[in-house]
Amino acid sequence: MLLFWPVVIPFFTAVLTMLAWRSVPAQRAISLAGAAALLVAGLRILAEVVANGPVAAQAGGWPAPFGITFVADLFSAALVALVGLVAVAAVVFARADVTADQERHGHHPLTHAMLAGVCGAFLTGDIFNMYVWFEVMLIASFGLLVVGGGRAQLDGAVKYVGLNLVATVAFLSGVGLLYGATGALNMADLHVRLEGRTMETPILASAAFLIFAFASKAALFPLFFWLPASYHTPSFATSAVLAGLLTKVGVYALIRVFTLVYDVEGTAIQTLLLWIAVLSMVVGALGALVQPSIRRVLGFGIVSSVGYMLLGLAVATPLALFGAVFYLLQDVVVKTGLFMGAGVARRLAGAEDFDRAAGLWRARPWTSVLFLVPALSLAGVPPFSGFWAKLLLVQATLAVGSYGLVFAVLGVGLLTLLAMARVWALGFWSAHPDGDAAVGGPAPAAMLAPMAAMTGLVVLVGVWAAPFVDAAAVMATQLADPAAYLAAVTGDAR
Amino acid sequence: MEITLALLAGLLVAAGAYLMMSGKLLPYLFGLTMISNAANLIIFASGRLTYARPPLVPEGGYTVTGAANALPQALILTAIVIGFGLLVFALALTYRSFRVFKTIEMDAMRASEPVPGAEAGRR
Repeated sequence: MLLFWPVVIPFFTAVLTMLAWRSVPAQRAISLAGAAALLVAGLRILAEVVANGPVAAQAGGWPAPFGITFVADLFSAALVALVGLVAVAAVVFARADVTADQERHGHHPLTHAMLAGVCGAFLTGDIFNMYVWFEVMLIASFGLLVVGGGRAQLDGAVKYVGLNLVATVAFLSGVGLLYGATGALNMADLHVRLEGRTMETPILASAAFLIFAFASKAALFPLFFWLPASYHTPSFATSAVLAGLLTKVGVYALIRVFTLVYDVEGTAIQTLLLWIAVLSMVVGALGALVQPSIRRVLGFGIVSSVGYMLLGLAVATPLALFGAVFYLLQDVVVKTGLFMGAGVARRLAGAEDFDRAAGLWRARPWTSVLFLVPALSLAGVPPFSGFWAKLLLVQATLAVGSYGLVFAVLGVGLLTLLAMARVWALGFWSAHPDGDAAVGGPAPAAMLAPMAAMTGLVVLVGVWAAPFVDAAAVMATQLADPAAYLAAVTGDAR
Repeated sequence: MEITLALLAGLLVAAGAYLMMSGKLLPYLFGLTMISNAANLIIFASGRLTYARPPLVPEGGYTVTGAANALPQALILTAIVIGFGLLVFALALTYRSFRVFKTIEMDAMRASEPVPGAEAGRR
């Protein structure tokens, strides 16, 4: 039963916050309690998986290939725990950031409905069920993007909705073709049935549909245009959750499906994924160099980091997969921290575009450092968590002897550093047009505390890296050799 | 029967893609609806098409033979319901953005990413 709690808790919280529609303080209290409960549930699942290996639960007691299975291996469990962490941080951050108007119009119920979708997508072992969780997540995020919205929010949402709906249709078609060719939807069952069949035409066609769908959800080249158009428009708390979690779901789906269901190594799929990965890295980093505000720089930064994660999957050696998994997990914290930092900067400077916002280093040096740490981590500077992620990917690409890929990993890291340095120079170092005072007033503790927690985690994972890196190694081993996962799904029906 | 469905799905995708490339928001959504119906037809066909054979297991039998698989039909129902929800939201969003921007031309909607130097970011 434990595995269903990360879905039940946010849904329950969403319903309770809706019942408390008229009272914003009640919604806030319920929302915080729900997020904390989600974190506890995530940590309990993580503890269970660390102790006993992958666990599975069958919905309604239907045995494995017929019913809907929820599975948590270490990768899924860690992601669900991270969802809980980001949820708590974002709910606290929202106290100071989200306007009362947005709260009255459903910010809290929508946030929790989206978290339910995210957790469901991470935990499900059934590919059609994953489609359903994607939709839950998607429709709640549509609402979050427009809630209490102005012109820019509405415009961003139109692009987000329009392009994500196409991905939805592709996902559905891919699942339909896959079912037609195999008669299975359970991913563990699909693994068994597709053994050695990857090159058959219907299978490849379904893989193409799924790559299209997941690549657009993950904002990979050339399907990323919705992301830089929309992620900078809603409240900063919403931005932080979207940036920290939503694109990760797309990458998670790619990693899960292209390790468990399809073979990647030595197929046409591998070549395609490699090109998509490298182009995403380069285009994202180049786009980040020219954007006029922190959040829009970070939006392109997401495209670039997602490219890195996909590169690890596409190289497909155990070491590369290890790098991709570690990159993904630490990037959740980095991106959440960065977008919260953008929110604090906006509050302090009173504006978001670089030409009207600057001077933060002089006015608030310590707060500026809180932003600088995840920014340097994004660029892969030691001793922060992003450094180890990039190091692993460099080692993995060196090990397969693809020097072009090594160059891409390092070169794009340099471009990212340049983009972050530009943010630092324009948004923090240069003088504010209205003098160096923090014109937007002081940043409230509810904003600084979650941001400081994220930054602290980035430093912790960077300096005390061994346990986290070891955990990522175990995750990669479980992904590359899913024997324990299969045993959990088909074995005991808990 | 499969041929008919395949042609129909192809026709829907072609018409849908044509509408989606018109550059206007409302035709874009209509095109998307057509394409999502084509996806439903794909799933429908993947469950085999049979005429007047209910997928019921005879008494004492273990599996059905010669009948269509009922599962894809259940999947389509789920997909149709989800599609309804998404379409309704998208239509409401379209209406709202038409009220705000006074246009459904997608090229003219640049409020979230204003062109530098252009007057598109007017308020």
